Amino acid sequence: MSVDENSKNLEVSVWRGDASGGEYSHYTVPSYSNQTVLDVVSWIQQHCDATLTYRFACRVGMCGSCAMTVNGEPRWTCRTHVNKVIKGDKLTVAPLRNLPVIKDLAADMDPFFEKWVKAKGVHEPSASRHDPMVAVDPQSPQRMAASEGIECINCAVCYSACDTVAANPDYLGPAALQRAWTLVNDEKNKDANSVLDAVSQTGGCHSCHSHGSCTAYCPAELNPMKAVAGLKRTTAFKFLGKRR
Amino acid sequence: MLDVRLYMAQRISALVMAPLVIGHIAVMIYAVQGGLTTAEILGRTQGSLLWFVFYGLFVLAVSVHAAIGLRVIAGEWFGWRGLPLTLFSCAVFILMLLLGARAVMAVTFS
Repeated sequence: MSVDENSKNLEVSVWRGDASGGEYSHYTVPSYSNQTVLDVVSWIQQHCDATLTYRFACRVGMCGSCAMTVNGEPRWTCRTHVNKVIKGDKLTVAPLRNLPVIKDLAADMDPFFEKWVKAKGVHEPSASRHDPMVAVDPQSPQRMAASEGIECINCAVCYSACDTVAANPDYLGPAALQRAWTLVNDEKNKDANSVLDAVSQTGGCHSCHSHGSCTAYCPAELNPMKAVAGLKRTTAFKFLGKRR
Repeated sequence: MLDVRLYMAQRISALVMAPLVIGHIAVMIYAVQGGLTTAEILGRTQGSLLWFVFYGLFVLAVSVHAAIGLRVIAGEWFGWRGLPLTLFSCAVFILMLLLGARAVMAVTFS
């Protein structure tokens, strides 16, 4: 990285604390012309305070580990360039909203993944290795609906962005529901009806208010709101007696 | 707060309300032409089975729709869950149904 021509500094506020509470600490970080938010956090940990806790792994937008709240909005920090999100010379970094904090910038992802399980987001094969393979037509509408959501990296940015999750802790959230919609449309998943039943309970897809923050913030540019709408439509027809 | 049954009840009640709202507004526009009097309104509604069914259905749909909508708001704003939330929803439903039914009876029967 080359130092910015103006040799400017960034004024960075980082939330420090744990589940019992915390406050922002302030750091001055050198500004570079090509710098991600994760670079900034790493610089602080390496040069200012080695006890700063945060989570990352791949640094190329594949693992979904490094999501944080940056200037009030959820972002994947490894792929978020500072110059795209900075306000003046100030940067505020906090843990993801809607999840408990373990320490500093590391959010506890357990509730997020527990809701994946509750939404029946676990693939259950419809055949064993001894059965013939299910023929999958990549161009069929059902398969295309399934394929739209399979690139989810489980970063929880949508979950953090969702105002319905903030207001209703029982709500399964966009990621789990998008996973459910993928499985409903997957020919190789055993029982689509059990998935539809799971998302029809209190806190399921019908709690969504279609604000669209999930789709607006999804770093992989997926459309969880469309998936939730698909679940609402399908469960409504199922309620009226239409069989899948 | 919402499962599929409540969700469908709210959507179906909205479907019922949509034509009734249009009918209600259309009659309002028609009725105010050349002035509006109590006698004119009651002359149209009293003893009319059609208006009893029209507004009776309207009141029923509104009571269902509003009770479920307020249930969601109460759940999200105040964190109510379980029995208190159910009691609140039922109370809203019964209150709106009674008030609405009283108004419908007043303009169609007495």
